[in-house]
Amino acid sequence: MARFLLPAGIEWLNPTKQITSIARSRSPIPGLRAPTTPCPFPPSAQRNLPFSPCKDCSFLRSRRPSLCKRRSEGVMAGGFRVLPLLILCSLFQGILGEEHQPNRPTERISGSAGDVLEDDPVGRLKVFVYELPSKYNKKILQKDPRCLNHMFAAEIYMHRFLLSSAVRTSNPEEADWFYTPVYTTCDLTPNGLPLPFKSPRMMRSAIELISTTWPYWNRTEGADHFFITPHDFGACFHYQEEKAIERGILHLLKRATLVQTFGQRNHVCLKDGSIVIPPYAPPQKMQAHLIPPDTPRSIFVYFRGLFYDVGNDPEGGYYARGARASVWENFKNNPLFDISTEHPTTYYEDMQRAVFCLCPLGWAPWSPRLVEAVVFGCIPVVIADDIVLPFADAIPWEEIGVFVAEEDVPKLDTILTSIPIEVILRKQRLLANPSMKQAMLFPQPAQSRDAFHQILNGLARKLPHEESVYLKSGQKILNWTAGPKGDLKPW
Amino acid sequence: MKQSAVQQSNRRAYPRSSAGDGGGVAAPADGSVFKSPGVIFWPAFHVLCCLVSAAAGFRFSRLLFLLLFSPLAPSSSSSFPRQHLRLPLVRQQPATALPSLLPPPAVLPPPPPPNSKSLASSRVVVGRHGIRVRPWPHPDPAEVARAHEILARVQQEQRLQYGVKDPRPILVVTPTYARTFQALHLTGLLHSLMLVPHPLTWLVVEAGGLSNETSAILSSSLVPVLQLPFREQMPVVWSDRHRLEARMRLYALRVIRERRLDGIVLFADDSNVHTMELFDEIQKVEWMGAVSVGILAHSAAPETPSRKQQREGDKENSHLPIQGPACNSSGHLIGWHTFNTLPYAKKAAIFVGEGVIVLPSKLEWSGFVINSRLLWKEAEGKPNWVRDLDDVGINGEEIESPLDLLKDATLVEPLGNCGKKVMLWWLRAEARYDSKFPTRWVIDPRLEIIVPAKRTPWPEAPPDLVFQQMADDEEHTREHVSKKSKSSRSKNSYRKKKKREANVNTQVSDLSIADVK
Repeated sequence: MARFLLPAGIEWLNPTKQITSIARSRSPIPGLRAPTTPCPFPPSAQRNLPFSPCKDCSFLRSRRPSLCKRRSEGVMAGGFRVLPLLILCSLFQGILGEEHQPNRPTERISGSAGDVLEDDPVGRLKVFVYELPSKYNKKILQKDPRCLNHMFAAEIYMHRFLLSSAVRTSNPEEADWFYTPVYTTCDLTPNGLPLPFKSPRMMRSAIELISTTWPYWNRTEGADHFFITPHDFGACFHYQEEKAIERGILHLLKRATLVQTFGQRNHVCLKDGSIVIPPYAPPQKMQAHLIPPDTPRSIFVYFRGLFYDVGNDPEGGYYARGARASVWENFKNNPLFDISTEHPTTYYEDMQRAVFCLCPLGWAPWSPRLVEAVVFGCIPVVIADDIVLPFADAIPWEEIGVFVAEEDVPKLDTILTSIPIEVILRKQRLLANPSMKQAMLFPQPAQSRDAFHQILNGLARKLPHEESVYLKSGQKILNWTAGPKGDLKPW
Repeated sequence: MKQSAVQQSNRRAYPRSSAGDGGGVAAPADGSVFKSPGVIFWPAFHVLCCLVSAAAGFRFSRLLFLLLFSPLAPSSSSSFPRQHLRLPLVRQQPATALPSLLPPPAVLPPPPPPNSKSLASSRVVVGRHGIRVRPWPHPDPAEVARAHEILARVQQEQRLQYGVKDPRPILVVTPTYARTFQALHLTGLLHSLMLVPHPLTWLVVEAGGLSNETSAILSSSLVPVLQLPFREQMPVVWSDRHRLEARMRLYALRVIRERRLDGIVLFADDSNVHTMELFDEIQKVEWMGAVSVGILAHSAAPETPSRKQQREGDKENSHLPIQGPACNSSGHLIGWHTFNTLPYAKKAAIFVGEGVIVLPSKLEWSGFVINSRLLWKEAEGKPNWVRDLDDVGINGEEIESPLDLLKDATLVEPLGNCGKKVMLWWLRAEARYDSKFPTRWVIDPRLEIIVPAKRTPWPEAPPDLVFQQMADDEEHTREHVSKKSKSSRSKNSYRKKKKREANVNTQVSDLSIADVK
């Protein structure tokens, strides 16, 4: 029965046929035009996906990737999928027609995001929230309420969202995912920066607690658990890249899914199957600074922030791998580039008056600037080699932003001025799409299609878990004594 | 090395104690590095280098000793900074090594980073990178031009999407006449109108017939101009002038009616200042609309003691310098805000060109916009609460404001967020009515009299005008009251003036004495 729906897509009418090529020429469903849009998944995102899109798969398969998974036993009944498929195909005609209309203020992101961003996770997964003692969450927050406002606040708001969400279940037997609410990024210095030195021990202590109190951890050694680690380098728990690489991801989290802000290809601290999320940016504050959309965009390139981190790297070269310093040295005299280190009160308003906003890496490749640029309609110019952007499997970042290699920074003005004007207008139309902006935000209370729901969508796309994650009794994979000795101290 | 490890742990101003507190992180790392026997040698060498640099006065870069001794160093540890020297494009910070210390790239064997051995080929390497600066980091003019094209196109797109859709043409009615300040006012208005993104026709009604001055200014206009001569001359007294301007505007409206010009009629006086939002806002009018006008009456008035009294009066009721529609809370027109002219009534200007406050009339024409179809003889949908234009203004009827064109003034639409947004300002600034200015503001090169600047008297003082004499009388009475010292001082100054003017023709000195009196 489940084979009925296997690699198929359009070919579900001929279940015996082998799919060897993209189904462009045959359209057995009447009215369905042959797809003309290319693979919506940028090559940069394809590594991190738990499934393989756009390879040996029809176009429609790429729109509903969950259909493409090769599973011997499908959890989802094949029959349920036919009806939405039919609706999808009829919508498809409308969507393709929509794309070619000129002079539309917003453009529906064609391909995956048009659907996937609008998915509703309720009903597709169940999450069980462990009840940890308050020393892991509430007490930490009480000690320092600044944690609610900094860019790592996603862990706290996600916890609050899950507690009152419809996907929460109180029966762990039926849960697909297990969430451990431990606030590891809330130990702040007087300046407000989080110290990660106790975080590994805190995490380890939490895992020990859940593995002894509930049987679900040992059942899979954490493969159906997820953790939110929004710190600089995720679960490597250090702010310095070299130290973080040396530490690697906490060993106990080897099999769990990590929801983190850090994303860089071929990096120790980005695990396969992690979900990359945007950093927290205060939604009300950004809404309060909106200006009328007909205010003409008169700034070509805008950036506010440090170029040299004088406190820690005065000569430059370490900070941002020299990219920010290069931007400054090359473009400080260029009238098209409005860049400085000031902190103006009109920062948000200025972004809404700019066409391009630079989002270069800092000590870590991610920054809240990307969120701000998307919310304010300014095309993000990402200068960070090999970065993995938030929700890369759902948002076609290549079509929305401009990616510049760090070695090409001296040619940034040439690159930006040579982008064809139609491409720029299209990017602006895509950015004007409210579903894009909504997906980057963590509003309180949660709204539909916001970042919380995108995280749940990402978790739902990883379902169902493979049989092999369920360990046989007595089988052990994790080594509880691995890692630096200091981590083993109890917290 | 150890120094660099400490430096890195100082990143982000974390206190050192916390680095030690973290404990488990720093100690094993250090322990793994310093297994080599050279553990004491390197810090000592580094101290030596520091002393050398302190003596020499420039920074003896760690780079140098790394490069010289790198083959001897223990096999790379993770905390060891990797130096990446790129090609001549790189320019290091001037604070670091002098160019002579930079070894040729061939000497440096970059040690392969061990950490990424475990990963699939990582292009991105941790450590110190060069700062890439291109040799001529100056803007390229062609690129700047392209960027401006992009900006213009983006703004056009914004206007298309968020701005006014299907804009109706605008008919701008301006009464004017040739005088000193005409070039100033008309040029400003011309440039404002040239910026308007909607189709526009400018009807310029000129008192005293068409003149070369006006034609010269309007010749550089990019908007289509319709010059309408008006036979009468502009009077000198302000009240008469307001009346004549109203008749000139009516004349323009009649022209619009005859030719059946289509659009929205905007009354733009040449000395007023308009914002671009005004032209977008008036597109919303259906038949007749009213906007709020900021009244800048204090254009030339100096601080007088009576202003204090005025300010005290302000505390009781605010005298907002605005004329416009007044709305109730549900957005319906209930009345009109007018500018309170009582405090200034005594000091108001009577003649054009006095340096005192010019007061506006009760409701200025510039605050109203009319759909031109209201003026046509027949138009579909034309409402019946409008008087026929042929019946207006005949038999000596004075039209003070466009409201006189209507039978029912309550049906005027308030624009600009119900009058809350002020999008134009009324201003009257004029020179003395008999002031001379070079024709078309071009100085004819043959000047008959050339006198040195220091001693240039006014060659021909024009006769006193009525208001000047009145003002002098007042001063004269005030002087009697003032103290002797003041009068003696003034007498002295007059005497000095007399001396200076001894060289010049007597006519001047006679006049100056007469002035003083």
